[in-house]
Amino acid sequence: MSWQKSLSSTIGRKIMMSLSGILLILFLAGHVSGNMTLLMGKADAFNMYAHFMSTNPLVQVVANVFKLFFLAHIVYAIILTAQNKKARGGQAYKVTNKDGSQVSKYMGVLGSVIAVFLVVHLAQYWAVMHELRGEISTTTIDGVEMKDLYSVVAVSYANPMIVAAYVISMFVLAFHLWHGFASAFQTLGLNNKRYTPIIAFLGKAYSIIVPVLFGAIPVVMFLNS
Amino acid sequence: MAGKTINIKLKIWRQAGENKPGKFESYEVNDVSVDMSFLEMLDVLNENELKKGNDPIHFDHDCREGICGMCSLYINGKPHGPKHGITTCQLHMRTFNDGETIVVEPWRASAFPVLKDLVVDRTSFDRIMQAGGYVTVSTGGVPDANEIAIPKTVADEAMDAAQCIGCGACVAACKNASAMLFTSAKVSQLALLPQGGAERKRRALAMVEQHDAEGFGACTNTGACEAVCPKEISITHIARLNREFTRASFSGNETDYQN
Ligand code: HEM
Ligand code: SF4
Ligand code: FES
Repeated sequence: MSWQKSLSSTIGRKIMMSLSGILLILFLAGHVSGNMTLLMGKADAFNMYAHFMSTNPLVQVVANVFKLFFLAHIVYAIILTAQNKKARGGQAYKVTNKDGSQVSKYMGVLGSVIAVFLVVHLAQYWAVMHELRGEISTTTIDGVEMKDLYSVVAVSYANPMIVAAYVISMFVLAFHLWHGFASAFQTLGLNNKRYTPIIAFLGKAYSIIVPVLFGAIPVVMFLNS
Repeated sequence: MAGKTINIKLKIWRQAGENKPGKFESYEVNDVSVDMSFLEMLDVLNENELKKGNDPIHFDHDCREGICGMCSLYINGKPHGPKHGITTCQLHMRTFNDGETIVVEPWRASAFPVLKDLVVDRTSFDRIMQAGGYVTVSTGGVPDANEIAIPKTVADEAMDAAQCIGCGACVAACKNASAMLFTSAKVSQLALLPQGGAERKRRALAMVEQHDAEGFGACTNTGACEAVCPKEISITHIARLNREFTRASFSGNETDYQN
């Protein structure tokens, strides 16, 4: 079997799911660290960060790679979910068991909510930053003129509905990762008596800490607005 | 000998043949000895049905001691019933309460079509085995048992995998009807040992290819399979299969090189 053929096998597709998932985990770690500048109390810190992220050429390359992996993750999720549904067959059980990880049974649903969140999120900030939508003013920091994304964010987080939707989305993300983080390593064959307990612990820690940090931003900004 | 008996109600899936519509039928069996196995209880029910001139309920079985893998049955929402680590033939009626209604369904998966009532076609497993679940041996004299040194821990791990009886409970329980637990047990039992190691790459690729061709799903690491497996096969074997498959896919084989 050639490796091209291997990639379209059930395990090959799972490996793509897993690798793209791990990259997205790395991406979110970076994203949440950067966003912490929103909580520094000054608009400048975040605006400088946003300016750097939208102008640095290396960041552009990395961002495009992540976009590709996001797309791959979603495409493979759709293919695998359809394949698994077909394998299960048309006739459902009358009584069903509750064995195994319950969260893992809702990965597709949880992921779809994240996808919807992503679209709204990009429309709200990315599209505005790139002047595809809405209005954005400019600000001058240390003699450099840059866009005032901070104000765009601050205005949106003064709206309790947006804050609530954001927090709910972070719960969904937490559940997705509660299973996804450790699952990605099992898929890669990295199940080992010594490392699996560490991976499982890191997975639980990550899936609580990162969504909590993300979720804290709109809540704090709302309370300060 | 008047041991404890119970009366039970059953809802059993009846289906005249492959691709025929099926439905649940209700039955009652009275004075069931709690010492009977589940299959013996079905035998009693079938005797009653035969006396009434009805078509008996078809179900698979053979050894009735938990080693052949023929018995199946999805009982009250669980493959092989509510107990852990046993097959349907090892399940006793003492597990159930007097007056209880027990729902009995066949394994359900696209790759396990129902043939009649509770009997499903599991030859898809046979074809996965035929694809690579063996070692190519040049038969000769019987070698000395200790000629090839195998560490005890490795032999134990291979034996754990070799416990798989091919019953298909893993597929029946899996939300994706994936046969990864079965396939991984069959790959593991050979890959771990020196005799099986020689053909490990070809085997992993061929068995996974057949697994997919049969229409089994992809693993989502849900773990329902290991929870219901009568032989308690662990999903660590699935991780091993993933390693074997990845290594075989992306590394060269001796036969890949051209002279
Ligand atoms: C954009 C929408 C998303 C969708 C539709 C989605 C969908 C899915 C689905 C269906 C699975 C299960 C696949 C399987 O087990 O076979 C999955 C697994 C996973 N997802 Fe997502 N996901 C999304 C976003 C994310 C994000 C943002 C992350 C990370 C921050 C992520 C990380 C993971 C990981 C690590 C796995 C486990 C891979 C494995 O089981 O091997 N996903 N995703
Ligand atoms: S892995 Fe367990 S459940 Fe699956 S076929 Fe083998 S013995 Fe049956
Ligand atoms: S009849 Fe052989 S395992 Fe149950």
